[in-house]
Amino acid sequence: MQNDWLYIGLFFVIGLLIPVSALLASWIVSPKKPNPIKQSTYECGMETVGENWVQFKAQYYIFALVFLVFDVETVFLFPWAVSLGSLSLFAVIEGIIFILILIAGLVYAWRKGMLEWV
Amino acid sequence: MTAMQIFFLITGLVILGSALMVVTTRNLIHAALWLIVTLFGVAVLYAILNASFLAVVQVVVYIGAIAILFIFAVMLTRKEMRDRGPQLNTGWWLNAIIALLTFGGLFWMLQGWNGFSKTAADFPSGYDAVGQLGKALISPDAFVLPFEVASVLLLAALVGSVYLAFNRK
Amino acid sequence: MNFWFDPVNFIAHWLTGLFVGWGMADWFASLIIQLVGVFVLISLMMVFDVFLVWVERKVVARFQDRLGPNRVGPFGIFQPFADVIKLIIKEDITPAGADKVVYNLAPILSLMSVLLLWAIVPLAPVIFGVDLNVGALYIVAAGSIGTLSIIMAAWSSNNKYALIGAFRQVAVLVSFEIPMIATMLIPTILAGSMGMNEIVHGQQRVWYVVLAPLAALTFLIAAIAELGRSPFDLNEAESEIVAGFHIEYTGMKFGLFYAGELLHAFTFGGFWAVLFLGGYHFFGLENLGPLVAAVILFAKAMFGYWIIMWVRYTVMRIRIDHMLAFNWKFLTPVAFVLLMLTALMNTLLRNTPNVVYILGMFLTNVLLGWIIVEILRGFSRRERERTEGVASVIAAAHH
Repeated sequence: MQNDWLYIGLFFVIGLLIPVSALLASWIVSPKKPNPIKQSTYECGMETVGENWVQFKAQYYIFALVFLVFDVETVFLFPWAVSLGSLSLFAVIEGIIFILILIAGLVYAWRKGMLEWV
Repeated sequence: MTAMQIFFLITGLVILGSALMVVTTRNLIHAALWLIVTLFGVAVLYAILNASFLAVVQVVVYIGAIAILFIFAVMLTRKEMRDRGPQLNTGWWLNAIIALLTFGGLFWMLQGWNGFSKTAADFPSGYDAVGQLGKALISPDAFVLPFEVASVLLLAALVGSVYLAFNRK
Repeated sequence: MNFWFDPVNFIAHWLTGLFVGWGMADWFASLIIQLVGVFVLISLMMVFDVFLVWVERKVVARFQDRLGPNRVGPFGIFQPFADVIKLIIKEDITPAGADKVVYNLAPILSLMSVLLLWAIVPLAPVIFGVDLNVGALYIVAAGSIGTLSIIMAAWSSNNKYALIGAFRQVAVLVSFEIPMIATMLIPTILAGSMGMNEIVHGQQRVWYVVLAPLAALTFLIAAIAELGRSPFDLNEAESEIVAGFHIEYTGMKFGLFYAGELLHAFTFGGFWAVLFLGGYHFFGLENLGPLVAAVILFAKAMFGYWIIMWVRYTVMRIRIDHMLAFNWKFLTPVAFVLLMLTALMNTLLRNTPNVVYILGMFLTNVLLGWIIVEILRGFSRRERERTEGVASVIAAAHH
């Protein structure tokens, strides 16, 4: 069962173990003196003002949405790009049509003001 | 029991367990994180089957985009991250009975299927899966029309999100 | 089998003989050997990471016209070890109200996402972790785990400044992935495969930075933004929100974030070298042996890392709205237009002799760059006209 991903799985396991062992070393060696002042939330050295929740701008969500659409598009383009070496001009034109439709979408979003950080 | 079956069973248990945690935990961000574990488990399933492209696409699109979108949506709409309502619906016992009956029916129907003892066939050496996928996506008698329609679908999604988000303009 | 020409296989063969001689099953011996290989690679990278702290501090010092650490050991080379010891013995303060599990998991995931990237880097024709045929997307996948760790760190810290910093950072990270993936498609087209080994192999005759210089530049800019480094370093906007998403982290947990960020920068220097600068190819010098090839790759990765550091210590921080506008209104269209042009020219010039191909691709990039500069000049001229009146533009045009 020769699977490339077994190696990546081992990498995952050991990549997890090494930071954990660093943290464990730190936990064993470091002093533990909890204190309510030390554990209070940091706000430039002052007492916290206002509640601990901030109104999340809707703009973050919009950018994540636009990113999602373009992410799926670029993922579609990967098989096209890999096989491009042995294909005819027609295949290139098809891929270019694919990209052009999505650039039209980007221009539309741009003109509608969706890409502004207001 | 081959190694592949053991891996599959462990992964399946992880996926089912984290899916259960998604729907039962009270903290919404924890639910999103358990969803990420579920999606990662599915990516591991693809990797076990040697479908490398699908495995990385699963991580890139689902975990890198959709899960982040979920987390943003939760943070955007919820001041209170914990769900204070009752965990069970009224009349939950009827739903449980129906679910068990459906499961029993499916189990009985699948008993005659011989696919459970098959193992995944190995690719012939030198088989370029991604290249074949690429060729299939562009050849006129394979999948070029769904390929182009997919871009139109993505365009529709973009236009729809612009409309929903910027209704007032 | 020779040690000099094939070190990994030589050692693996010797160890297999040893283990089978002890009576281990064949598959178990190969599993143990793979485990040893992974452990050696990761340990090497962690030790190198500590060395990178020294490099970073010396280089920033020189850029700022001072000396940097020079007390601890010759040229201050033991300074990072002192730093590591200091971080380990610091007290571990968990803020009140923090979500314990997620709080502790975030720095581990952040470092792990960087370490995972080293599985596919081809250090030499025969030294590499695994020849994954979807290497380019694997890089993006590992990056998305890092993005997730930022959200986890910020949310579990129970601190509104951490949340603000993290959201801005994630918005930037996520936005700049698009030009990065789009420009990674260009070496994929030129090499005919997504795997890192094939991309390096395709650069035997000529490096891809000659065939697609604009793509190399765009990838570098997008990669610097992906790393969260200046000029895109919102999460460490020290004068704005102190330390961003890792405000509430102390001791070794902070150390893991910091070490992860430096190693991430070096790794992307390495990927820039692999994708565009020819990997371990250097005019035939790599045929001397795999260890020479690995040294060549490290040298190129250091060069890429040096450019990233140079940009960091020279350019001012960019504001978030300028950053996002730069990405969505400039880099993304440029990346996609470049992609279309490269695909078109690659197919049109495919069967022409070498020199025509190289010149054709290079000139396409130069032409596109010139068109972009002309468009930008037009925009800026119109902007100047609008804000200062026509007279100043005519006066400027007379110089």
